[in-house]
Amino acid sequence: MRLSSSTRAQFQTLLDAHTLTHLDDPRFAIVYLSPEDPPLMVSRREFRDACMQYAAALQQAGIQSRDLVIIAHTQNLESIFAFWAALFVGAIPSMMPTLTEKLDPEIYMQSLEELVKLSGVKAILTTAAFQMTLQERIDCPIYSSEILRQGDRENFQYIQADSHEIAFLQHSSGTTGLQKGVALSHQAVLNQLAHYSDAIALNSDDVIVSWLPLYHDMGLIAGFLMPLIQGIPLVLMSPFDWVKSPVMLLKAIHDYHGTLCWLPNFAYHHCARRIRQRDSDGLSLESLRMLINCSEPVHHHSHVLFSERFGVPLDKLSVCYAMAENTFAVTQTPPGQPARLDLIDRDVLEQRLYAQPIDETTVNPLTQVSCGAAINGTQIRIMGAKGEVLADRGVGEIAIKSDCLLTEYYQRPDLQPFSEGWYLTGDRGYLVDGEVFIVGRSKDLIINAGKNVYPQDIEAVVNTVDGVHTGRVVAFGVPDEREGTELIAVIAEVHSDDPTELQRIKSAIRLAVAQKTTVSVTYVALVNEKWLIKTSSGKIARGANRQKWLQSQSLQ
Amino acid sequence: MDATTVREQIRQFIVRDLMRDPSYQLTDQEGIITGGLIDSFALAELAVYVEKEFGVYIPDPDLTVAKMDTLDQMIARVMRDQAT
Repeated sequence: MRLSSSTRAQFQTLLDAHTLTHLDDPRFAIVYLSPEDPPLMVSRREFRDACMQYAAALQQAGIQSRDLVIIAHTQNLESIFAFWAALFVGAIPSMMPTLTEKLDPEIYMQSLEELVKLSGVKAILTTAAFQMTLQERIDCPIYSSEILRQGDRENFQYIQADSHEIAFLQHSSGTTGLQKGVALSHQAVLNQLAHYSDAIALNSDDVIVSWLPLYHDMGLIAGFLMPLIQGIPLVLMSPFDWVKSPVMLLKAIHDYHGTLCWLPNFAYHHCARRIRQRDSDGLSLESLRMLINCSEPVHHHSHVLFSERFGVPLDKLSVCYAMAENTFAVTQTPPGQPARLDLIDRDVLEQRLYAQPIDETTVNPLTQVSCGAAINGTQIRIMGAKGEVLADRGVGEIAIKSDCLLTEYYQRPDLQPFSEGWYLTGDRGYLVDGEVFIVGRSKDLIINAGKNVYPQDIEAVVNTVDGVHTGRVVAFGVPDEREGTELIAVIAEVHSDDPTELQRIKSAIRLAVAQKTTVSVTYVALVNEKWLIKTSSGKIARGANRQKWLQSQSLQ
Repeated sequence: MDATTVREQIRQFIVRDLMRDPSYQLTDQEGIITGGLIDSFALAELAVYVEKEFGVYIPDPDLTVAKMDTLDQMIARVMRDQAT
């Protein structure tokens, strides 16, 4: 029995996962792919046994029900077993990114230290190599997979949580590095999976292929929990491997007859522009039912680019609008149909906040791609500036109410997510016949290659660079057609006009951002003291400076 | 094609197309990825460019930060296969 809106009542917690309750089903639970090794096939029984072993070790280590357990692993099967092991003992797991070769270890340690202190983390589960590094620095018990593998399954007792209790946290970064743990209950997650599975007509022939990181909502829900809970085979690879070798994803779809795959918009460009013809020759994507574009603004030209390069018809390229606070999906376009396009007038949008439809013959229309209608159990409305509910085509902030919303931001009573039961998303958009179209964001958030980046965080880093006038820095996103995502631009005030010194400052800015954040800067502009626009109160006006820079670029 | 031409062409490609900063004076031993000048995503793009321009196919296992971080490393890799 699969989880759907009609069978929802028979599932109490995530431990009722099909993969765990149908151990003799011959379909594999997970296939893990890596470039160096042969595929690792994990049967359902092997999956359950490994999780149980880890869970026994957690129990022996004294981890109890409701303890917060952080999993800071390079993505591999061990992190998956560790996550489920924490669920098996009634604890609250949360996947965190691991330290990459690019990131400054000091920054990573500070952020983990802060999380341990603020959220009362009871244990960190990681690799043996990383355990040594963390142990020296972090004041919290740290267990490596080597220890967890030694758990004695015979002495293990399942601890069932109540369905309204928190199942796990999804961490999303806030400004100035403060982590927000989105706390999701078992019932919220099961509601989401039931409704979302219906929306994509999930069936027993499906095979999910994913390269997405497990600490991100799309990777965690669509590319990890949904397949295991629904008993759908999951073909998984590391995001680091995929970035270097994007053809791995196509090969996985070909080899395992993948039917479903979720990708942020930039990934359509990464595949279409960077997979070499000789590498993709002979690979068939015929088995695909839906490729689902999600997590950053969707562009029609990205779908056309992908479709032309790989021959996947547009009616298989669908769209989802999602956020961690709603567990995952808010909307989804229906299977077997291309996402509806809406051509609107740019001027009317800007001046009257209205999505005025126009026909193709009009000069320079704005092509909006539908994100589809709300999934069952989720309601959407568009709020005007005075808090009024707008009619169709009125542009305002998107608010949602659903049966799969977060319970709270974990141990952050200062952050109140709801206003009269509605969650204000910070995204701007409009509705047409129930379908959502996104036009931008209320806040200055940048989405770079599917990652949420706060300009304040970039500015804080650039402010520390020698030669930059502290406080006279602005960072923002620049939509890029070629990359299919927002690139990051920084403008910094400097007092030198010596070319050698300017080049040094530019390099230092790029290096600092690369080491201290998860992204890279593409555009660096160094300006003199007269350039930056300030507000009447003397603050740097981010929007106005962005406009000024964009205009100066278009004049070049 | 000689190494000097290849070097200048790749240098131009990196500063103009990947860094979007044509005035940047990229040196031969500068860490392009470890120095934060481009994202590791761009290595895959460099491979496409190198094949198109110089007919050299660099397999994915060679597209790593350790092997392709500086202009010197890139040029050596391209010239090795161009010569054969």
